[in-house]
This record gives sequence, C-alpha cells and structure tokens, in this order.
Amino acid sequence: MSFIRKPKINYSGQRRNSLGLTVRDYEGGMSTLCAGCGHDSITSALVQAFFELEIEPHRVAKLSGIGCSSKTPAYFLSTAHGVNAVHGRMPAFATGANAAARDLYYIGVSGDGDSLSIGLGQFSHAMRRNLDMLYVIENNGVYGLTKGQFSASADVGSKAKKGEVNEQRPIDPVKTALAMGCGFVARSFSGDKQQLLPLLKAALKHRGFAMIDVLSPCVTFNDHEDSTKSYAHTRQFYHPAIDADFIAPREPIRAGYDEGQAVPIQLHDGSQVLLRKVAPDYDPTDRAAAFTYLQRCEQQGEIVTGLLYIESGRPTMHDINRSTATQLRDMPYEELNPGAAALAELQKRFR
Amino acid sequence: MKPTDTSHPDYFHQVVDCQWACPAHTNVPEYIRLIAQGRHSDAYLLNRESNVFPGILGRVCDRPCEPACRRGRVEDKPVAICRLKRVAADHADAIRAALPTRGAPNGKRVACIGAGCASLTVANDLLPLGYEVVIFEKLAETGGLMRSNIPRFRLPPAILDDEIGMVVEMGADLRLNSPIESMRELLEQDFDAVFVGSGAPQGRNLEIPGRYDTDRIHIGIAWLESVAFDHIDSIGERVLIIGGGNTAMDCCRSSLRLGGKDVKVIARKPRNLLKASDWELEDAEEEQVEIVLNHSPEEFVIENGKLVGMKFAQVEWHDDGNGRLKAKTLGHVTLPCDDVILAIGQENAFPWVERDIGIEFDQWDVPVVDPQTFESTRSGVFFGGDAAFGPKNIIWAVEHGHQAAISIHKYCDGDAMTERLPHQMRLHSTKMSIHEWSYSNDFDSAERRLMPHVNLKERFKNLDIEVELGFTPEQTLTEVERCLNCDIQTVFTDRLCIECDACIDICPVDCLTITANAEEQDLRQRLTVAATNPEQPLFVSGALPQTGRVMVKDENICVHCGLCAERCPTAAWDMQRSELVIPYASDEAKCQS
Repeated sequence: MSFIRKPKINYSGQRRNSLGLTVRDYEGGMSTLCAGCGHDSITSALVQAFFELEIEPHRVAKLSGIGCSSKTPAYFLSTAHGVNAVHGRMPAFATGANAAARDLYYIGVSGDGDSLSIGLGQFSHAMRRNLDMLYVIENNGVYGLTKGQFSASADVGSKAKKGEVNEQRPIDPVKTALAMGCGFVARSFSGDKQQLLPLLKAALKHRGFAMIDVLSPCVTFNDHEDSTKSYAHTRQFYHPAIDADFIAPREPIRAGYDEGQAVPIQLHDGSQVLLRKVAPDYDPTDRAAAFTYLQRCEQQGEIVTGLLYIESGRPTMHDINRSTATQLRDMPYEELNPGAAALAELQKRFR
Repeated sequence: MKPTDTSHPDYFHQVVDCQWACPAHTNVPEYIRLIAQGRHSDAYLLNRESNVFPGILGRVCDRPCEPACRRGRVEDKPVAICRLKRVAADHADAIRAALPTRGAPNGKRVACIGAGCASLTVANDLLPLGYEVVIFEKLAETGGLMRSNIPRFRLPPAILDDEIGMVVEMGADLRLNSPIESMRELLEQDFDAVFVGSGAPQGRNLEIPGRYDTDRIHIGIAWLESVAFDHIDSIGERVLIIGGGNTAMDCCRSSLRLGGKDVKVIARKPRNLLKASDWELEDAEEEQVEIVLNHSPEEFVIENGKLVGMKFAQVEWHDDGNGRLKAKTLGHVTLPCDDVILAIGQENAFPWVERDIGIEFDQWDVPVVDPQTFESTRSGVFFGGDAAFGPKNIIWAVEHGHQAAISIHKYCDGDAMTERLPHQMRLHSTKMSIHEWSYSNDFDSAERRLMPHVNLKERFKNLDIEVELGFTPEQTLTEVERCLNCDIQTVFTDRLCIECDACIDICPVDCLTITANAEEQDLRQRLTVAATNPEQPLFVSGALPQTGRVMVKDENICVHCGLCAERCPTAAWDMQRSELVIPYASDEAKCQS
C-alpha cells in the first residue's frame, strides 16, 4: 500500500466525460492492500470503466463480502451506494437490494474464498436466479488476509510460499458459471487492462448475471516460482480465446475488422459487444463446446481468457418473478405494507 | 526508442527544470528543503556556491528558474524560488566563518576591471587558490550596475555591502576611483591574466527631432546612476519613460520617489513582447504607473526652449509573412511631459581598449570572446558578464565569472582551457523504510504566496524604503511545500519489474505507461495521456522481463510524489536524490594536485 493519498491534481489535458467528471471523480479511498496487489489494478480498471460508460456514481451499488477482494469497493466510486456484507453472503444482500431498487447498476466484488468456499451456495444461486449484476471474482488462489493458505481455486501441484503442494482439485468459477446457466462468463487478468476494461464495460451493460473471473496475483503470498497464480505464470500460459470490444450505442464501429472474424452481439440498451476470435475453433455462444474447450486447455495447463460465453436475453430475476414495474423503493409505505387485515385476507385464500 | 541513458548527468539534470534553466545551475530543490528545515545558513551557503550573491539575487534576480518551474505546468504559478532565496539570506547567520579563505599565495596576479558581479565572482573563485586579485573600479563604490542601476528601494546598499564584503574581505586588492584609461598600459603591468568585467555601461540614445534642444531628456542608466549616487534628487511632475524593459520599470518607480506625479512608461510593442519581467511590470502598475503600449516616438515637442511634450505614432503590429513584425501607423498623439527618460537599451563600450593590441572586435564593436573559455582573441585577456556578450543579467554574469575563473586558473598553470572537468551526477536513494522517504513527498495544493509590500503611502517617502518586506515565517512554511522536489528522481530498474501496473494505477498525473516500444512520435501519442510537450523528454526503459514491453514515463508533469515507488512491490521504482556536481576553479585545482 502507499502511505499518502493519491493527490488530486487538476493538470491540463485531463479528459472529462459527458457528465463533466474526470476519471479521478470515480476513485475512492486510499487502498490499504499490499503494493503490487492485482486487486488495485482491477479497481483501477473499474474506475476507468465507469468513467468511460459515463455512469453517474450515485446510480451504482457496490457490494462485497469478506476478504482482501471485498475491501476493494471502498477504493472506487466513493459516492456510490455500498454494503460490505457477511462472508460469502454478498449475493443475498445484492438480491435484496436489487429486488427493491432495480434501476441501479449492481457490482459485487468477491474473492476465491468468498465465492468458492464459504459463499459457493450463494454464488451458485445468484446465477441460477439470474440476478442483474456484475459479479467480479478477484482470484488469487490463496487466503491473503489469513496469511496465504490455499483457497478452493488453487491448482493441483501449485506450491505455497512455504513449500507445501496443493493436492485438491480446484473449483473453476468459469466452469461453475457455465454449469449454473450464467449468461455472461468471462475470465481475464489484472495485468491485462486492454482485455479487462471492455469486458467490465460489456458486463455492466449486460442484462442479467455477468461473472468475470479475474486472475489477480497476490504479490505477498502467491507470486513466487511454482505458484500457478503468479504474474509470471499467468503471462506464460495466458491463452486469450475471444477478445471483446464494447461499443456504446451510437458509437461508430471502427473500421478495420474482418467481417467474418468479428461477431457483433446486441445488448439490451443498444450497445454492442464485438467478439473477435483469437482461437479460431472457439464458439462463445455454444455452452457445451465452451465447456469442452476449457477442459481441454486446462489439461494442457493453459489459462483461457476472454469473453468465454455470452447469451443475452435470458429472463432475469424480475422477469421470472413478474415483479412490479414500479420499484419497491418507490412505492408508498401503505402499498408496500397494507397492514395486518390485508395479510389475514391474503392468508385466507390459501386455507 | 532506445532505452534512455540516465547515466549521463544531463538527463536527470534536465528533469530539475529550475536548476537546468538557471545559468549558474543553483541547486534549488535542496536549498528549499534546507529552508523547510530552518537551516537558513546552510541554504545560504548552498546558494552561494553557485550564485555567490544570494541576498542580492533573492531580490533582483531575473529568475529564469521560475518560468521553467514544473509547478507552473501542473498549475498556474511556479514556486516563488527567488523569494525563498531571500528567506535564506534574511535569516542566515554566522556565514562568514564558513566561507573559504585566502589560499597560500601562488605568486600569480590577476587584474579584474570593474567591481561588479562578474569580476567579484572571479575574485571569489581565485582568491582561495592563492591568487592576488586586483580589482580596478572607476567609481567610488563597488557593485557596478547592481548598485548604480538598481534602485535602493529594490536592493538596499547594506545587502550589496555585505555580500560584496564577503569577497573583498577574502583578500582582494580593491582599488576604487581607478578607471582603466588604457588597456595597453594595463597589459604592460605585471599581471598574469586580465579579466574584463566592466559591464554594458552605455545607454542607447534616441536621435529624433528635438533631442538636443532641452536638458530634460535623460539616458536611463546614466540617470539611475546619478540618482543612486545622490547627484539627482528631483524630477518634474509629468515624466515619460521610453522603453519596455526592466530599466524602464526602475526609472518610472524612481521618478515617483523624486517628485513624479504622472509617470507613464511608453513602449513601442504590445504587452506580450515587452522585455520587462512580468513581476516588475506588476510592481510598477501597483504604484499607478501607466504602461502605454504600441506608441512609437516621433519627436520631442519644444516650446520656447522648454520641453512640453512628446509626439508618438500609434501603431499596430503585423506579421510580415517572414516571422518579423511590421508596424502600421494608425494615428499620432502628443503626450505632455516635463521630463523624458530613455530606457531603450544599453551597450558595452570599450573606448579604453586600443584596437591594435590583439583584442579583436566584431562588426557591432563587441569583443570576440570564446563562449566556453571567455578568452578574447588575445591570450590571457578574458571577458565576462555584460562586457562579453552584451547585456544579460546578474546570474549570467556570475556564471561567466565562474567559467572565466576556471580558464584563468588553467591559463596561469599552462593547462588547456578547453579540457574542463565535466558535470557529474550523484544519486542516492531517499528510502527510509518501506513507505517513508527522506523528503516531503505529499503534494501540497497551496497556491503561490504573495510578497508583502510596504503600503503605497509609506513607500514613496524616500528612495531608501525597501518595498518588498520578505516572506513571513508562515508564508515560507507554505511556499517551501509547494516545491515538487524534482531532484528526487524516479529511478527505474527494468529487470525488477513484474508489470503489475501498480505504478500506472496510482500515478496522480497519469505519466506512466507500459506499452510496446515504438518511435518517439508514435510513442508520444500512445501513452496513458499523450505527451504533448516536446521540450520535456520521455524516459524509456529497456525491455521488461515478462512481456518485452517497455516502461515509458513522460517527464512533463511528474510531481515526484513517489507514489509509483510506494506502490511498487519489487522496488523497480526508487526515489533517488540527484545531486549535480558542478566543477569550479577550486575543483580544477584539486584535480591537478
């Protein structure tokens, strides 16, 4: 971490978005994570994504559980709404908040411990009910806050800082998400903002649950030789399959793409995701094929990244529940809580 | 681009904009830090090493450092470097015991002509080496143009006496009232070398109708000299000053103190082309002097043998297509006046240098002087200050003096004058612990402090009231924190970098980028924020170990906050203090022995 706040300096040449805000207006408090932590880079990419999407910070709700990753919502969008919830229970909070106020952008930041160990059930069910949110897993393969024990995403054969070797099979958030029917599944790397930034933007604009597994090396406990989640290892076995470009509504599609190579995917608000195949035999719209491809690469030790599966138009929690068009937040109290007599009347119907 | 060679002293020197811009390369950030610690004497002595006259320059320096100051690129106003220099001089004590002393006589004699800043610097550098230095001054006082042309309300005589005293007391043989009438005769005397530091003592004239029909037209620098030595103590109520330079500012403000009520400065050019420093213009305007622009003098209006006014052409300036400005006359106007002071420039004049003694003069009658060694075409005769290349300023004259002293020493020892010690650069880490640096790295957003002035009623009572009061302790405390410590360099070790992006994310001015290498033009466009100031260099690292990309830093608006180094997990970035080692005559002497 650093010991002084990043100073605000209004130098000339600073860009402003259509809201008149600079990128600095999307920042948060001073990070207390270790210097070089991948999480800080993801925070920085999120700041950039919200700035470029020109989202008003007060239109965002940030949610997290417990862990190094879950500290990070404090480091961006200091004027957004936010809850730092119980360990592994962030999806429940997100569900409740989304049920009451569906017009906000929901972003959950979680870690491999928070999502794949204590919170695996919550994580799975949030995808099952297709909660409309961006769910970022900052994945480093260790429990950093408790000094570097293996987490559920540690690979077989990966060596801990003190020498012990992991023998348990990892839970892969990407394959889990594919299995749970998630409509937006991606993997990226904190050290590759060029790939991460458009993914974040597309995921924020995707309607429904969007899961991005971001490899985010722990510089303190998991960046040594024989670690499979280090900066060096990730770069060595990095295997981008599908690059995505996010194109805002009305923004012209830049020329230069070979039509056959670039597949545009329409999002609900008119923006587009332009998929570019890096691996020619990969199809990000075929869930079964994606699963097979991932499995094969995993056996070769390759880390497949990019927008790995996308299916827009799936019904979200509100669609399935046929929620009222008026947000619960905006309903008068008498309507939300019609009183004991009305409850008794309702119960009579089920007797 | 090729990896930047930071081992060349110039690279990090250039990052310290103020020091780079200063002719004498004064170590500004270090002396500001010393002031911040209350070590005023140390700050003074550090200044004195390079500029010899901190108290004088802290008041009247031309301040090339301030327009260069990085702070001026980050926000509007640069650090008040000059004012802080004065703080060091105001509060320094016990300086004299720390000054160099006269060295054991080496049997060599050097004559210096003129007791101004250039000659005094030569004496300052040569006396500790054992030279006998004889200073010939035509006036009854030391200081040259510093005393005769800078009014006392800007530069009190006591300050001049003190700092010139420091040099003379080292053992210079000062001969006042001793004009040199003939260079030939001087050269016949027993001197090993002669240094000419006689300044540019001749004011330009304005030959237009009426010039010689009255005695109320004065040459600016001669008039200022007469005022300085109390030969003149009054002037008419309506005064026109012709010229737009700093001499004009001194003339108009002096006039106000000698009885002038309606004082106007008349310049031919528009405001942005005036030669006067912005702050001198502001000070004059604060005293209600009107600056009249775009007026070209045509004639003096004399009625019954009395000067009553001056006629001007009102002009407009156009680019003639070749980058030169051409005036177009719009009309004519006559401004009434009682006195006119001409402040339209000055020249050096050498009527006392015979033209057949091997000292060549060029087509403008300026001596031919080697810009590195300051030697004239006659060996053993050196020129410096305004006498060498025409009017510049004090800080240039001091630097000329330093360089001439090196040449004189080498000349007297029979060494090649062109083989001089190079600049060197020392670097040492300022890291104290994991996140602690031995400098105040946090950015302070305070605005530039304003110099307090004596109020407008008080200051005109007489010529001796110094207008600027100096910074208060509170002002000093704030102003020192505005310095960005540009000499604390961001030093990058490419093989340690793991490309985690931490430095890029935390940089408050987005000056870092990791990207594929390219040619400079291309690279400048591809950075996190495009590098649009071509005067500021890009730092480019070698190939980074994991991806082969390069780290690029745009030096332009780095605020040296050290956050890149604080966030770096591998110490690939380090904040290291760069210290420019400037050789003086004493260093050349040490190298020989």
